[in-house]
Amino acid sequence: MNAILDAPTRGFLACYEATKNLLPGDLRVRDQAAKLFAARGLPTPREEAWKYTPLRALNEFEFKTPGTATVAEARAFPALAAELGPRLTFINGRAQNLSPELPNGMRLESFAECPVLGMTADGQYNFIETLNVMLAADGAVLEVAEGQDANTLVLLQLAAPAEAEAIGLHVRHRITLKRKARLTLIELASGAGRYLHNPFIEIFLEEGALLRHVRLQEESAHAFHLAAVAAKLGAGARYDAFFLHLGAQLSRTELQVTLEEPSARLQFGAAQLLRGAQHGDITTEIYHHAPGCASRQTVKSVIDERARGVFQGRITVERGAQKTDGYQMNQALLLSSEAEIDSKPQLEIYADDVKCSHGATVGEIDPEQIFYLRSRGVPEAEARGILVQAFLAEALEAVEAETARNMLNAAIQRWWEGRAP
Amino acid sequence: MLEISGLAAAVNGQQILNGIDLVVPSGEVHAIMGPNGSGKSTLAYVLAGREGYEVTAGSVRFEGRDLLALSPEERAVAGVFLAFQYPVELPGVGNANFLRTALNALRRARGESELDAVQFLKLARAEAKRLSIPEDMFKRNVNVGFSGGEKKRNEVLQLAILRPKLAILDETDSGLDIDALKIVADGVNALRGPDFSALVITHYQRLLDFIIPDRVHVLLGGRIVCSGGPELARELEASGYAGLTAEAA
Repeated sequence: MNAILDAPTRGFLACYEATKNLLPGDLRVRDQAAKLFAARGLPTPREEAWKYTPLRALNEFEFKTPGTATVAEARAFPALAAELGPRLTFINGRAQNLSPELPNGMRLESFAECPVLGMTADGQYNFIETLNVMLAADGAVLEVAEGQDANTLVLLQLAAPAEAEAIGLHVRHRITLKRKARLTLIELASGAGRYLHNPFIEIFLEEGALLRHVRLQEESAHAFHLAAVAAKLGAGARYDAFFLHLGAQLSRTELQVTLEEPSARLQFGAAQLLRGAQHGDITTEIYHHAPGCASRQTVKSVIDERARGVFQGRITVERGAQKTDGYQMNQALLLSSEAEIDSKPQLEIYADDVKCSHGATVGEIDPEQIFYLRSRGVPEAEARGILVQAFLAEALEAVEAETARNMLNAAIQRWWEGRAP
Repeated sequence: MLEISGLAAAVNGQQILNGIDLVVPSGEVHAIMGPNGSGKSTLAYVLAGREGYEVTAGSVRFEGRDLLALSPEERAVAGVFLAFQYPVELPGVGNANFLRTALNALRRARGESELDAVQFLKLARAEAKRLSIPEDMFKRNVNVGFSGGEKKRNEVLQLAILRPKLAILDETDSGLDIDALKIVADGVNALRGPDFSALVITHYQRLLDFIIPDRVHVLLGGRIVCSGGPELARELEASGYAGLTAEAA
């Protein structure tokens, strides 16, 4: 548009202009998004929603549309992933094999064939979503049929940019569980080099459906991860989500859950482990639209060195959403004097018969606990590792699938030992 | 085994130990008695290497090595074990996992092979049975929700599994009923032998009915003011520390 645009905004718009005629779906929606994006650009800390997460670090880069990469070029993900279940692999934002042996009752299409670009119509500019609507090229469109238990599906997202190149990956997944359907979705994000990963996951859970969603973000140390998960829950539907975020130079994940019909339930657990100059942000917006719904959120942050963590959690209870049970807890363990956590809970309650609570704690590792372990022969670094894992243990207990829990524990262990995935 | 000479120590700038001389030979159990505030627990923490306990004078040698130069974990590897007066709770850390981690840390540091979960459980179950400790204690988080007696028994279970050369029992008898006291004593007595020593710190003589010490030392004002055989403990029980206070002054 004009010369004052910053490099990433310029880069994203250039990507759009260059590829828009190849992108699937309704171009008018994309044009609208591009227009909005050109006008607003990257959010700044002056905007309330981005006050604690400055995007300055993006400024140096123009993220390009990636070339094609193959499985061989992408670094293999930990072997454990193989035993979790059938997997869908995306490399550099492109589906590699959209015909794995699918679980029972599951239908799968690619976003390229079935491109639906929803835009929330509340008039607010959502940067992560707008960027995705503008540039999404591929993704998985999954549907589990009524009453079917589709067991476990692994969604593996790898980034493998060519050397000295910064690429932008905009994938868009849509997951629909019909009445009383069930699925465990294990979503993994990893890669090497410099890239911006911008996945958007839309989730629709019909009456009585149950989705367990385990998300492991283990991006490269030079990556930017800007993700959004938007879920809508029907009557009695249940969404159990656990997000573990370990990687990326800067990461923000927005979770937006709308409890649309009575007796829907959200159980959300998350942990972010940050060190060096990492910045991690978990932002949730939970809307209670219907009566008798419950939302429980437990977010834990472990922050070392100069890293900075953010948790913003908003619970909105609409006028008709009586008997709402909303709970939100944010706990941070700071491992260095320079580590920082910013915690912003927000409750907006328009109904009068609800139970809503939130809490936040910030602490350090108890030196008495370290001494107790050391006095038994455990070296100090190992003792600290044990206590960090103990801090996270309560959150991880919420992950019911043992293989998934083991995968998460192994990732935490790798993080602690400073090993790459 | 343990030679303490002229040991003085301060906590938060306050001098607590004022020149302790004590030798515990291999195979012997020594008791340290004294009223509250005499420096008993400070001595225990100084020997275990707790931060904030500043040694201002003197030396401690353990099997000829300078114990004070070692980190807490190195002291454990060398064979020193402190049974805490107030065992620390570790929420989120399973007891079995804690015990195995500790045992394997010691074995690793000593160049021995580590035990896998199965080998460890076999050993741990046998020790628990011997000490009449219910097995569900392995499944619980370390000391979390334990009664005072359970915490002390858990210390003795660690003692039995880790098998140190020198055990320092810091008021392990406090808050115990007679049955728990016997379990604690059995745990210590079972380890007695030519290569095991213990320093039993206690306020009361009661524990010493079950763990018969070779020597009894009385600590007052950060100094050992009087030493003797097991009969000294009974004399103190009858006469109290008051007479000694006057003597020491």
